[in-house]
Amino acid sequence: MLKTIANLKIGEKAFIEKLCLENIPLKLLEMGCLPGIEVQLIQVAPMQDPLYIKVNGSHLAIRKETAEKISIVNF
Amino acid sequence: MSINNTVKVALIGNPNTGKTSLFNQLTGLKQKVGNYPGITVDKKQGFCKLNETTKAVITDLPGTYSINPTSMDETLVLDSLLNEKNDTFPDAIVVVVDIENIKRNLLLFTQIKDLRIPTILVINMVDQMDRKGIKINVPLLETQLKTKIVLASARKRIGIEQIKAAILDYKNLNTAPISNITDRIDKDYFTNLKNAFKEFPLYKSWLLITQIQEFDFLSNQQKALVLKFREDISCIKRYQHKETILRYQIINDILKESFIVDTSKASDLRGILDRILTHKIFGYVIFALILLFIFQGIFEWASYPMDLIDTAFASLSSWVKTVMPPGTFTNLIAEGIIPGIGGVIIFIPQIAILFTFISILEETGYMSRVVFLMDKIMRKFGMSGKSVIPLISGTACAIPAIMASRNINSWKERLITILVVPFTTCSARLPVYAILIALVIPNKAVFGILNLQGLTMMALYLLGFTAAIASSILLHKVLKINTKSLFVIEMPNYKIPSLKNIFYEVIEKTKAFIFGAGKIILALSIVLWFLASNGPDTFKNAEQTITSNIKNKDISTKELQKKIASYKLENSYIGHMGKTIEPIIKPMGYDWKIGIALISSFAAREVFVGALATIYNVDSDGENASTIKQRMSAEINTETGEKRFNIPTGISLLLFYAFAMQCIGTLAIVKRETNSWKWPLLQLVGMGILAYISAFLAFNILS
Repeated sequence: MLKTIANLKIGEKAFIEKLCLENIPLKLLEMGCLPGIEVQLIQVAPMQDPLYIKVNGSHLAIRKETAEKISIVNF
Repeated sequence: MSINNTVKVALIGNPNTGKTSLFNQLTGLKQKVGNYPGITVDKKQGFCKLNETTKAVITDLPGTYSINPTSMDETLVLDSLLNEKNDTFPDAIVVVVDIENIKRNLLLFTQIKDLRIPTILVINMVDQMDRKGIKINVPLLETQLKTKIVLASARKRIGIEQIKAAILDYKNLNTAPISNITDRIDKDYFTNLKNAFKEFPLYKSWLLITQIQEFDFLSNQQKALVLKFREDISCIKRYQHKETILRYQIINDILKESFIVDTSKASDLRGILDRILTHKIFGYVIFALILLFIFQGIFEWASYPMDLIDTAFASLSSWVKTVMPPGTFTNLIAEGIIPGIGGVIIFIPQIAILFTFISILEETGYMSRVVFLMDKIMRKFGMSGKSVIPLISGTACAIPAIMASRNINSWKERLITILVVPFTTCSARLPVYAILIALVIPNKAVFGILNLQGLTMMALYLLGFTAAIASSILLHKVLKINTKSLFVIEMPNYKIPSLKNIFYEVIEKTKAFIFGAGKIILALSIVLWFLASNGPDTFKNAEQTITSNIKNKDISTKELQKKIASYKLENSYIGHMGKTIEPIIKPMGYDWKIGIALISSFAAREVFVGALATIYNVDSDGENASTIKQRMSAEINTETGEKRFNIPTGISLLLFYAFAMQCIGTLAIVKRETNSWKWPLLQLVGMGILAYISAFLAFNILS
């Protein structure tokens, strides 16, 4: 199964895999979610959604449905 | 020497970069808020003297992460920078970045730089450099980014003079792009684009074709060309992604050399606070406590200045009557204008207190945590975590609240938020509630500590929120709108709020209320006064009619005057209007006088109290300037001989005001924000029906 940001445990880090550009909104890239960049899950909101991540030096919160679109590779 | 040169400056930056602090430092109180043509986004402009002969007009553009817009606010930034005919088109741009988020903040800078407009880069919050272990090689970074850099700390007033000097010298700024990014995407494609729009910088042409909106400033020929390029949408999307990745590569390469961070110095205060404030139990408890504290402020603290204002205007009215010669002009001032102004001023304490709290929560960075915490719950109601801010703001005034919904990217979530916000108990309802509760609900203690009047007020607040939530669930089910949009919010660092920023924010919001809603309230008060003190023939012959009717009875002059005044009101224009609608409102328990107040408050709810004040003031002998409450309490229902404001009528009115959409200001803003009459009409009719039915049921069950 493909691993995505939604599968990370709190505190866990990984690299963003090559993004499938067709279904990733431009805004996400502009906010710093780029292929090859380290991403860390900081916190999960109650009811497991949204997710609070640190990526490219930015702290962002994204919904689970978005997180599921960003595949990752472990270290 | 006079100031005769003006430099137009646009202030641009990501949210949370201290852009507003910088704007406040540069312009001080020389600010004004206007509207951009056609849309209601606030245009914040300020003036700043650069030297003896030159001043800068600084436009504070809404915060944005990228030049490619995903919300209404962001569209505006793009518009201001592309349309050279726009009067805010800048001579120079100041891009503000936060030293801690410089990498992401620079993305916007590299986009702006490619527009070939003179640009200054301000690196803000440099006072944090040592603490965060950051070192910058400024001359190297200036060469790499081909720009003038100013290190600043807007809060500590560092670098402000250097920014002014750089603006003054804008003609000597380097306008070359940082690197030839388009060649690295697809050289042929961009050469083709360049040749198509020879008159524009290449990046501008690229922006024109990548957006979905139409640009009015283009000629028909240019518009056709734009459409032709837009046909190959998948290619455009691919290149946009490539562009962003390349920009980050360039930024990373540059920062590697000139920007050094020693991460060992970073503290984890943020992590600790995050764990507490977004905790699945404590997070909600803390948020609930904060809300409770805010409402306490709105009720308790605001009541003192409000009482003062109420009494002050009442005494001012009677004072005017004693010192000015009697006549129409004096009456206009004492009975029309002064109560009208008083009716506006009385809201200022509550609006100021609420926005003080909201801006503290936003400044500290806490609001983003609330959005994070509430998003999943709000989504069940078809809204977004971002809807929490409009819903809280709605307890002050729906107008700024609806404008605060602009940063909700999903159209459906935004629309539902806009539609349900008017249910929240805005401060315009408070005086209506306050006076009705004081009149009909006994001031009794319940369970020893709680007060029945206070509980009623609380219940009305909950009723407002419940109505908002219930209607959002309904709308969520009914509205068939499929919008794909992305929810991303930044979780900024925690900051100690700046008093100056809070002060300006509160001033701005209060001004917006006074000059927006306030104008309507004042104008209507005067119209009302006119309608109440003029009328058809029966009105003009009032004195004659009454005097001849009671010719033979023994009556004091004072008593006679009272009868005349009352007859006059009944036969004035507004009396006729009230009587016309009496059959419609009678099932809810209202008479024509309440009808008058209802008619007037279809423009704005708060006019209810003012209208009754005018009606009963006109109705009384004028000498006795008792407060509105006493006047209303003395009012008798002529049919039953009971007090007019008894429990059934009172509760019926409370429910009517809780649900009915009686605010022209809100309807106007909804029309402009949704760009359609459909939604404000839906609000007006839907909320009106709900109000009528519940008021009708309450009156008939209770009496």
